[in-house]
Amino acid sequence: MTRYSVFAVAREALRWHSGWERAWKSPAPKKKYDVVIVGAGGHGLATAYYLGKNHGIRNVAVIEKGWLGGGNTGRNTTIIRSNYLQDPSAAIYEKARSLYENLSQDLNYNVMFSPRGLLMLAQTHHEVRGYRRTVYANNLQGVTTEWIEPAKVKELVPIMNIEGPRYPVLGALYQARGGTARHDAVAWGYARACSAMGMDIIQQCEVTGVRTLNGQVQGIDTTRGAIDCAKLAIVVAGHSSVLAEMSGFRLPIESMALQALVSEPIKPCMDVVVMANTVHGYMSQSDKGEMVIGGGTDGFNNYTQRGSWQHVEETTRALIETFPMLSRLKMLRQWGGIVDMTGDRSPILSKTSVGGIFVNCGWGTGGFKAIPGSGWAMAELVAKGEPGPLAAEFGLDRFKEGRFIDESVAAGVAH
Amino acid sequence: MSARLSRGGRLIDRRAPVTFRFDGKPMTGFAGDTLAASLLANDQMLVGRSFKYHRPRGIVASGAEEPNALVGLGQGPRFEPNQRVTTTETFEGLTAISQNHWPSLDYDIGAVNGYLSRFLPAGFYYKMFLWPRPFWKHVYEPFIRQSAGLGKVPQEADADRYEQAYAFADLVVAGGGIAGLTAALTAARAGKRVILLEQTAHWGGRAPVDGDEIDGMAADLWVKNAVQALEGMANVTMRLRTMVSGLYDHGYALAYERVADHTPGDGRPRHRLWRIRAGKVIAATGAIERPLSFAGNDIPGVMLAAAVRDFVVNWAVSPGDRSVVVTNNDDAYRTALALADAGLVVAAVIDARPSVTGDLPAQVRARGIRVLEGRGIAKVKGAKRVTGVAICAQQGEGAVLEEIACDVVAMSGGWSPVVHLWSHCGGKLIWDADASMFRPDAARPPTGDAGQPMAATAGAASGALQTAAVLADAHAAAGGEGLAPQATGPAEAPMLPVWIMPQGAGIALKSKMWLDYQNDVKVSDVQLAAREGYESVEHTKRYTTLGMATDQGKLSNINGLAVLSHALHQEIPATGTTTFRPPYTPISLGSIGGEARGEIFQPLRQTPMHDWHSAQGAYWEPVGQWRRPYCYKRSGETAHEAVNREVINTRSNIGLLDASTLGKILVKGADAGRFLDMLYTGVMSTLPVGKCRYGLMCNDNGFLIDDGVVVRMSEDSWLCHTTTGGADRIHAHMEDWLQCEWWDWKVHTANLTEQYAQVAIVGPKARMLLEKLGGMDVSREALPFMTYAEGTLGGFRARVFRISFSGELSYEVAVPASEGLAFWEACVAAGAEFGAMPYGTEALHVLRAEKGFIMIGDETDGTVIPQDLGLGWAISKKKADYLGKRAQERSHMADPNRWKLVGLETLDGSVLPDGALAVAEGVNANGQQRTQGRVTSTYHSPVLKKGIAMGLVLNGPGRMGEVLDFPVDDGKVVQARIVDQVFYDKDGEKQNV
Repeated sequence: MTRYSVFAVAREALRWHSGWERAWKSPAPKKKYDVVIVGAGGHGLATAYYLGKNHGIRNVAVIEKGWLGGGNTGRNTTIIRSNYLQDPSAAIYEKARSLYENLSQDLNYNVMFSPRGLLMLAQTHHEVRGYRRTVYANNLQGVTTEWIEPAKVKELVPIMNIEGPRYPVLGALYQARGGTARHDAVAWGYARACSAMGMDIIQQCEVTGVRTLNGQVQGIDTTRGAIDCAKLAIVVAGHSSVLAEMSGFRLPIESMALQALVSEPIKPCMDVVVMANTVHGYMSQSDKGEMVIGGGTDGFNNYTQRGSWQHVEETTRALIETFPMLSRLKMLRQWGGIVDMTGDRSPILSKTSVGGIFVNCGWGTGGFKAIPGSGWAMAELVAKGEPGPLAAEFGLDRFKEGRFIDESVAAGVAH
Repeated sequence: MSARLSRGGRLIDRRAPVTFRFDGKPMTGFAGDTLAASLLANDQMLVGRSFKYHRPRGIVASGAEEPNALVGLGQGPRFEPNQRVTTTETFEGLTAISQNHWPSLDYDIGAVNGYLSRFLPAGFYYKMFLWPRPFWKHVYEPFIRQSAGLGKVPQEADADRYEQAYAFADLVVAGGGIAGLTAALTAARAGKRVILLEQTAHWGGRAPVDGDEIDGMAADLWVKNAVQALEGMANVTMRLRTMVSGLYDHGYALAYERVADHTPGDGRPRHRLWRIRAGKVIAATGAIERPLSFAGNDIPGVMLAAAVRDFVVNWAVSPGDRSVVVTNNDDAYRTALALADAGLVVAAVIDARPSVTGDLPAQVRARGIRVLEGRGIAKVKGAKRVTGVAICAQQGEGAVLEEIACDVVAMSGGWSPVVHLWSHCGGKLIWDADASMFRPDAARPPTGDAGQPMAATAGAASGALQTAAVLADAHAAAGGEGLAPQATGPAEAPMLPVWIMPQGAGIALKSKMWLDYQNDVKVSDVQLAAREGYESVEHTKRYTTLGMATDQGKLSNINGLAVLSHALHQEIPATGTTTFRPPYTPISLGSIGGEARGEIFQPLRQTPMHDWHSAQGAYWEPVGQWRRPYCYKRSGETAHEAVNREVINTRSNIGLLDASTLGKILVKGADAGRFLDMLYTGVMSTLPVGKCRYGLMCNDNGFLIDDGVVVRMSEDSWLCHTTTGGADRIHAHMEDWLQCEWWDWKVHTANLTEQYAQVAIVGPKARMLLEKLGGMDVSREALPFMTYAEGTLGGFRARVFRISFSGELSYEVAVPASEGLAFWEACVAAGAEFGAMPYGTEALHVLRAEKGFIMIGDETDGTVIPQDLGLGWAISKKKADYLGKRAQERSHMADPNRWKLVGLETLDGSVLPDGALAVAEGVNANGQQRTQGRVTSTYHSPVLKKGIAMGLVLNGPGRMGEVLDFPVDDGKVVQARIVDQVFYDKDGEKQNV
């Protein structure tokens, strides 16, 4: 792998960039792998990367129905934060956030992690109490957050109207090292690093069946032939239930559309990420200058990567209320992704009833921010066959036992 | 130079000059101009700078596809960035500023990026800026952000308003060109309700410019007749300046009407967003001309051939003095003819096709214009304006055969149907190899709720490019029978796909061939992406940013696809297209928000007593969409002092609480009792008529979601009180179960929350107040605790509930909402002699906390079950089932080692911080400090004169007297003792008097 650097770019410039090699190879599938990961999104690729890096398992294939990073990894609003309330959530999201800090250097691929700061606005007394509670929890969890007063909010976000009239801003939960990253680059950077370790990333290859024998996985059938494997990791977000059904078990997952939109680009006007749960919307500004906006999920299940217009309207209203200048910008593009929602809105990283099959799903509306932590924990689970401390609380058994990790109290809004 | 011609201009009114400013410079135009036409008429070809390299950018197109000519329009509260000059009508007093440059449009420091372009290819930022690590946030990213972006930021709150409207139709026709007019006429004559929408200010589209005849008359006249005919039909609605921006599931179309963009400040809404439910949508959206990829094709003066003739014919503007036309098809010859007709010099037509025959080239040759066959442009000369072109063989590598001086290059690479609406909701495309275009595959349309086709295309949007074919296709699309309108015009010879010019161009030329003008994506960038493995069209798009600019790739996408396909050695259809996403062109966020701004952003719910509270100094608290008085501040009082006064007065005299916001849901029917037994953890079916019972509701996961007093009103009806925030949610929850699970049960629910005003009369002297009002026996014997009676109180029809959320003697009285204020005032008057005072939500909280009563949302957060709160007494042991029962039997829920409700008292009498956690020994496996409890409610009790709190503590009730450590702000630790959560009147004597 040719290392990327300013010197490499300069060297290539002299020969019109004719010498760059492929970022990742495009191999034909082999007959057998130690581990097959289904889903070449951020979570699947990160799982592969840490399997190789942390556990020395490199005979790995990552199978992708479409193009890598083309699902929710390439459709989200790129927010990274770890200001969660419950201990298990804070642990895995903070692991992810801290890995993001060095991810560009680790992968030798600039994922543009921008710890620009993230605000969750409190606009009711109830939210004030909730976020103060989160600050106390975060401080004990090793997550650095603070409560800030309205004047500080205004200082951080001058374009915000903090005085209402409908829901004046009463303060905010502030995570100074939260922020954004370039979502595609995260997938591409992991893919390049996995390929460099000798792993096979196989795109345009759809899984058509999962073969098991005596409760143990044997391999998968795909549109590009049968592939045997000792272990199978299913990391496919919105389509998790489909793969689970092929494997012979069910998952407590509902799939729904979540939408986002961007404005036309303008010069820099907002340096932090703002989430407003009472009015229900969130926004950041991309490096290109677009205002990146997201809101709520549809209230019904479906697999079309569109969504109900009503949510775009509600989210836009919420943000115009918060940022009045927005009404003079234009919506450039809107799109949807399919999010995999669990009953407690927390993910599943788990063994299953089939030996050798592991699932990583249920990230719902909050998957992008978790990618490195999720991959790290999933790799440990797959390599050792048992969850490490990061994944321990996220097993499937929790639904049977009633041991929920419910974040709804802290995150009433999709994110 | 570009200038206004002395004659012609079918859309302008020369008797109506308008003055406007561009970058502060005064200019004049005519009514009917677009801003693009006005600027060209004033020799202003240079209008902006590109996104990445800050290259000079001129006007390329004449419509919605324009990638370059974006300006900041208006001033102050009416400023808007990134407005297309080609879709902006010029009006008197318009002000526009050019974008993305510093210090000026002519001299832009950022243009240095262009000189460094070789070092800044596609995706360069993924490979650089890695070290030192903090520099990304503090140095590189701020620099990139400042250099990127486009328009300036609107600084002031919007002075305009926006509006939304609904419409319904059998057929919506998007596009008012000859195809749209034909489709609308055909459907309307068949009796359909038709809505016809056109994005520009004029009907007729391109046909009048192109010059073919329809039904034996000039296209202009045919259009006029068609519009007149449609205007005379009652079943047709027509709107100009209205673009169908997107097509959504089930025939839902959004149309964006620019009502007052050209008449700002005239009092009308600026934009109106139409939400249309259509039986069917016909996209008569035309086609967009493709640029050709040759070196220097981004230099101002290089324009689309059809746009050049639009400017000449529609607005009598000559883009330059001496033009060269470069093409791979016959249509562009119309531009040469239009220029010649206007008396302008056409230096040559350069045609990539090896041999050119056909009617249109023959007409051009007949005017004495040179036609060069099999030739291409090796390179455009010039910097801020074209000065000439170097000609080469199309088949070669770019060896220059001759140079021709010119200041305009009119290019045409063929046409691409506008398939956006067709594709928004799942319509599929096929590749038409003859015309080298993706066009709608009629066999795979977007489908409606019953699988029926939901949309069709008509005319050029279907891929029909000749006038006769356009009319026939539109007629058929609208289900027309008989003959379509007929057209006569020159026959056109086939086009030749030309994706780069010349075919064998080397890297030096390819790195000067622009695909995406706004985002500065070149042929070499797409080839680099392919080389590096970004082979999926989506990868290429995202890696190079091709097609991601504000023009959404209208000009660049097909050319980019072709270059990518060639680089991957595959056919274009194998590469496929990126997904078409709404909107077709960007629409204002203001229109999406509509009227719901400011005071009416969300409904503000007010009780009948709202104004009285206001007049009495209520300090408001938002509770859901309601506003409730937090407390009533008297002069000189702090909120804290007011709360203390209200609490003490309620405990010693009388407090009056406006409880109207509490949910009141009537549940009625033969199965109502059975239903409530499933909904609540307790038994409600056995409650005698006239009695009240406290109830808890859980969700199917076992968690406590709401509580309140249930009253048996009659044999078959119960009134369920809910929390304020829960009223709508719980009503929906009830209906969810009734409609989805128990649909055969005979139960009706009605949310009466706003039908009744409710006043809580609380305190030791409460009965005296009611007796003074008179009319009902409210004695201990007649109306004991937890009973209900209906009657007349002080002349008001009243429902009196003897319930208490404060531990005091308490009556809650409901009266019809219309009488709420009068009743409240009657209570205030009657209570004056007993010291009655109103109290707000905070005093309510303190009163209930002193008594250890839980509050939904404080003691519960979606993770708490009733058993955690010591509420086992409200859970029936006898019932076979209730919502949440099975869930609560799961091992973790039934585990005795859970966090449970207790009282907490600080050792120093201070108030515990809300939400603080009690730490336990050590850290967990993830290195997090272990905890063993948390504060759920905490107040200063003015009665007990100390801090009191409730909290959930691991095995709390079994650990009375233990002291816990609560780390709080600034490294301090507050210590608190576990105590019983009932702090006041432990035996409950006060409420039973």
